[in-house]
This record gives sequence, C-alpha cells and structure tokens, in this order.
Amino acid sequence: MDILKFLTAGSVDDGKSTLIGRLLYDSDSILLDQLEALQASNRKNDDGTIDLAILTDGLKAEREQGITIDVAYKYFQTDKRKFIIADTPGHIQYTRNMVTGASNANLAIILVDARKGVIEQTIRHSFLVSLLGIQQVVLAINKMDMVDYSEETYNKIVADYKVLAGKVGLKNVHYLPVSALKGDNIVNNSTNMPWYSGESLLHFLETVELAVDTSTEHARFPVQWVVRPQTDELHDYRGYAGRVSSGSFKVNDKVTVLPSGFTSTISKIEVFENEPEEATAGMSITMHLADEIDISRGDILVNSNYQPLVSQLIEADLCWMDTRALDTTHTYFIQHNSKVTRCKIQETLYKVNINTLEKESAEDFKLNDIGRIIIKTADPIAFDPYEENKANGGAIIIDSRTNVTVGAVMFRNVAD
Amino acid sequence: MSKHNQLDYLDQLEAEAIHILREVAGQFERPALLFSGGKDSITLVRLAEKAFRPGKFPFPLVHIDTGHNFVETIEYRDAMVKRLGERLIVGNVQDSIDQGKVVEQKGKNASRNALQTVTLLDTIAEHKFDACIGGARRDEEKARAKERIFSVRDEFGQWDPKRQRPELWDVYNGKIHKGENVRVFPISNWTELDVWNYIRRENIELPSIYFAHERDTIIRNGQLMAANEVLNMDADDVIERRTVRFRTVGDMTCTAAVASDAFLIDDIIDEISASKISERGARMDDKVSEAAMEDRKKGGYF
Ligand SMILES: Nc1nc2c(ncn2[C@@H]2O[C@H](COP(=O)(O)OP(=O)(O)O)[C@@H](O)[C@H]2O)c(=O)[nH]1
Ligand SMILES: [Mg+2]
Repeated sequence: MDILKFLTAGSVDDGKSTLIGRLLYDSDSILLDQLEALQASNRKNDDGTIDLAILTDGLKAEREQGITIDVAYKYFQTDKRKFIIADTPGHIQYTRNMVTGASNANLAIILVDARKGVIEQTIRHSFLVSLLGIQQVVLAINKMDMVDYSEETYNKIVADYKVLAGKVGLKNVHYLPVSALKGDNIVNNSTNMPWYSGESLLHFLETVELAVDTSTEHARFPVQWVVRPQTDELHDYRGYAGRVSSGSFKVNDKVTVLPSGFTSTISKIEVFENEPEEATAGMSITMHLADEIDISRGDILVNSNYQPLVSQLIEADLCWMDTRALDTTHTYFIQHNSKVTRCKIQETLYKVNINTLEKESAEDFKLNDIGRIIIKTADPIAFDPYEENKANGGAIIIDSRTNVTVGAVMFRNVAD
Repeated sequence: MSKHNQLDYLDQLEAEAIHILREVAGQFERPALLFSGGKDSITLVRLAEKAFRPGKFPFPLVHIDTGHNFVETIEYRDAMVKRLGERLIVGNVQDSIDQGKVVEQKGKNASRNALQTVTLLDTIAEHKFDACIGGARRDEEKARAKERIFSVRDEFGQWDPKRQRPELWDVYNGKIHKGENVRVFPISNWTELDVWNYIRRENIELPSIYFAHERDTIIRNGQLMAANEVLNMDADDVIERRTVRFRTVGDMTCTAAVASDAFLIDDIIDEISASKISERGARMDDKVSEAAMEDRKKGGYF
C-alpha cells in the first residue's frame, strides 16, 4: 500500500471543506465520538443536516469566521491506498499557507463553483499548483446541484479550463462534476448526472498512478549528520546519514561530493541493521565511502556521471511570504535541503500578476508576490532546475532578523 | 527516466520521521526527546535508534512525571533506558507542587495533567533545551491537524496558530532566538493505526497496560477508570473487576480504559480497525470544550 498526498484548492465557499468532509463521511472514515461532536456543534446547514466542513476547520478563529486560515491535514485510508489531505485556504491573504500545503502534494483538487465557472482565483490556484510542480490535477466542478446538474454548464467550464491549463502548463487534468453537499460523484457515482459516465473522485484517487523518479541521473543525497560512535570496537566507523532525495544509489557507484568536488565510491549502504545493495528516492540511509574525505552536514553526494548545476548566482522563481517586503539590500539565509548559507536577492526581474498571469515590473516584492529573481549566495549551491527535479530544486529564504521563513524559491538555472 | 513504485507506506513514514530526527540533530545545540511512556514516544525511541545507531542519541530522553503514572509505565521506562544506555532526565510535577509553583486541583475530577505544563516549561528552561521532540500526531485532534512539524514556541512556551511559519517540502527551518524553543513532531503524518502496525512490524515491546488485563475499575463520567488511590474516590464509586486495556498511557486520573479482550497486538490492530471511537475520545481532558486542545497548546502544553 502506498500514500497519496493531495491538496484541495478553491475560493472561499467553493466547498473545499465540505468536499473533504464528504470524502471522509461517505468512505466511513469518521469516528463515532467525532461524529457526536459534529452533531453537538451549533453550526448546521440550512436544511438542518450536519455541516461536514467543521471536520477540517480546526482553529477557533476559523470556526468563528467560517473560513479556513491555515492548512489542516486529514488522514484516511481505503483498501487500496492511504491518503493525506491538505485542506488549504483559498483566500489570497493566505497564499503562503496554500503554498505550504502544495509543496508536499502529489496531486491537487481544484474546485470551482459550477454557478461561477473559471474565475480569477481559479487562475491563481492553477498557477500556484503548476509553479509548485504538481503534475496531476483534478478539476472538481462543484455545486452541480445548484445548476440542475446541467451537462451544458459542465462542458462550458471544462472548455474554459482547458485554455487555462494550457496557459499555466498543467498537462494531466481530470474533470469531474460533483456536489460535495449532496455527495454526487464523491465516493458514490451520481444518479443525477446520467450524462457523466466517468468514475467517482475517490475511485480516481485510489487508482491514479504514483511513480517516483529513481533514475541514476538524479541520484542526490544531502548529508544531514555524520555518525561517529568513537567507541573502541567502532573506532573507525564513519557513516553519512541522510535521505536519498531523488534517484538511486548502488554500492560501488562513483560519487562526487558537492560543492567540494571530492570523489569516492560507495562501499556500503546501511539501513539500521540491514545492508541493501541499492537505496532509492525517499529512503533514509547511512552511506559509507571507500575513501576518507572531508564531508559534513550541508554537503550533497551525487552520482559522478550526472552532476547537478553548481553556482553562487542563480535564476529562480520566488514566492514572497512575509508581511515585510523583500529588501534587496538585506542579507538573508537560504536553506536548500540540509545546507544553510547567506544570500542576497541581487535582482528582481519581473513579477507575475497571479490573477491575469501577466508579467509586471518588480520594484518591490510584497506578501504573496511571485516572480523571477536572481539570487546570490555566499557558498555555492548544488541544485537541479525545479521543473526537472523538485527534490533538489527548492529552497527557503529565512530572514536573519526574525528567523522566520519569508520566501520559497524554485531554482531555474544558473544566472550568467 | 526509470520509475519505481513508491515505498510501502510504513517505510515512507519511517524514512520521513528519521529524516526529521536527523534534522533536529543537525540544527540544534541542545535537543531533547520527550518520553511519556506511551506507544507514540516508544515509537520515537525506535526511530531514534534507526536514525543514529551505532552512534549514541544526540539528545537525552526527558520524562515529565506527574507522580500519577501507572507503575507499569515507570517500570517500562527504566528498563528501556537501561537497555538503550541513553540518558534520562525526569521532571517531577510533585516538585512543582512542593515549590508552590502550581496548586493541586481538588474534587472528583482533579488531575495533574494541566499542571505538567509548568513542570515541562521549567525543565526546558533549566536544561536550556532548544528543541523538544514529541510524539504528537495530526490525526489525534483538530488543533494538532494544523500544527507544523517544526513548531516554534516563544519564551513562554506558547504556540501561536496564526503566526506559524510556512513549512515547505521537507526543508525545516529551526532558526530561533534565545529563549525560544521548537517542538518537533516526527510522526505528525502517522495515524494511530500506522503506529500499531509499525510496532507490530518492528516487534517493539510495550508497557503491559496496553494489553487486556484484569483490574479494579470504577465508572466516572461514563468512562472506565482504573480504581486507585490517586483518583479521589468516595462511597458512590462502585469498584468492579473488569478485563480492560488502555489505548493511551497518560495520567491515571484522566486516562480511561476500554473493555477489551485484546491480549495480543494482532487483537489490538483488529480492535482499532473495527473501532469507531477515536483514541482521544478516551481522554477526559479534551472533552472540556471544543477548543480544549488549542487552548492548552497556546499555553505551552505539548
Ligand atoms: N448546494 C451546495 N452547497 C455546497 C456544496 N458544497 C459546499 N456547499 C456549501 O457552500 C458553503 C461553503 O462550503 P465550505 O466547504 O465551507 O467551503 P470552503 O470555504 O471552500 O471550505 C457551505 O454553506 C456549504 O454547505 C454543494 O455541492 N452544493
Ligand atoms: Mg474551508
């Protein structure tokens, strides 16, 4: 059994929380005491049925205002798969929270209200989903009950969205007419839409293919910690502990340490008491090399035949996440996997108007602004372009004054 | 491009947790692992072995002892520490009471559960811990469902849900100011069932009270409680011997038992898979109000 991580995105009131509640409810994933608490709550739908949205709105302020402020994670499983849902806020003010939820997702469900169709927020959410590199999208056209389950309305929205998907570069979009409130096509196939012969949302989520890239071309291993017991019997033991972020490594592979450039070969791979011949993306391992070379936290080991880009001047997309605007004169920290170094945003090239997708001049980068920049780092960074290898292409910016994470960076290329 | 299926889910969750533990080791000067004696923190200890052996743990284990623990929990703790050869630090709620920092509650529903926050914060301050690893999971409760994996607490130990840092990919920002500390939750993405399946897979030993056994019980507020001296009992309380087990291991005053014939781990997994009550449903402390957990977390509770 594997795990599918997905997020839900949509404007306020499109029905994200209701859809998640419905998924949990109809797949029998809500426990009795939680259901009791739901029933006891005084937030009810107009017809007196329980409001499923309360299942995910976890903070007091959220329940008071009836909106989602921060990402809520929900867990459920069926016979086929485990699911981790990130219910993300739709409001522009909370874009950074949506980006948080999107960064770890394999799939995005984007909701639109069938009465409204594709609107400005749909553009923004689709753009963000594409920016964060989520390959698989479900466009859930919700509230079909409020448009008489009209096939024509559905077709019109699908046609509009295809244009948008082309523009933002989303290739795998699956279209689905649903009513989260009534339960049509969420877990059970709808009888109200005989014109729709496709599978339900849950069935799609259970069967969508989830492969990981384990090619040697992308073999990347950021070192987190050096294990050195320094006991009598393990006097010479020196293992590099970390997680294979992408690709795969085998014993006897030739590896290069970056940024230093030293090379060696893998003599042993350890996973606690086991010694596998190969370690693939996602595995936490301890690696041993044939030669004694200087390696510490922050270094990255790669397959010597396929090296990433190494630079101190990098072109990247930036999503700004702080209320204090970006200051191009200030020295920030950048954290890329286990490596932290100082940096400056040397140049801002343009901003993207995320509602119209037009490029604009970028004199300033304020909260939730997204655009292209050139970043200059104190130490060289060994990275892959984000679109080729997400695991080695993303980094965060930390403000040295507040220690807060203020930016998300998607590396694109070496800047010349 | 060669492709593989994803790792099996338990391997995936394990690898993620190990990665988080190693980030703590790499980023902090004085981390600690908060050990409650419950299955979640026992799982953390197992994960720490996988992350750092054959080296030593880069942190001590810290137990906040309410003085109202089940004896089985304390026996288990001491045996485990001995087997591991790691350091254990105990913060005693009784000390906080004796020092007059907290006042013992009175009455039938008295519990030391709320008092342990003070002892925890004092212990953190005394040892200058900058990161505390805990076994909380997001599936436990709604406020927890919102918390980051690296969760920054201010000088007063408070969690501010509206000022959480963005947390992207698996890049964890552990930078803090003096006096602040970070609570780290490596098994955030595990469910109760995942923990049990992992315990079974790894053959991890647990305190005996997790398994069905006979003991004297009373019914309090509709729940089965272990009858014992720390529960303020009176003539109305009818003591009855029942076959029960505990789903969480907390303070004896607020941890309810369930009637159960689950003597083996397989029985427990069957029971939970079929059960329709959440594990926190067996804790009276969360029942107080809809926002009980959020309020306690804001005040520094784990
Ligand atoms: N008629 C109808 N109402 C819906 C549907 N889905 C959600 N709603 C209602 O729309 C409102 C907003 O839903 P909610 O799930 O809170 O939206 P969110 O802000 O996207 O999380 C609530 O009153 C829901 O009951 C639907 O499919 N049909
Ligand atoms: Mg919502």
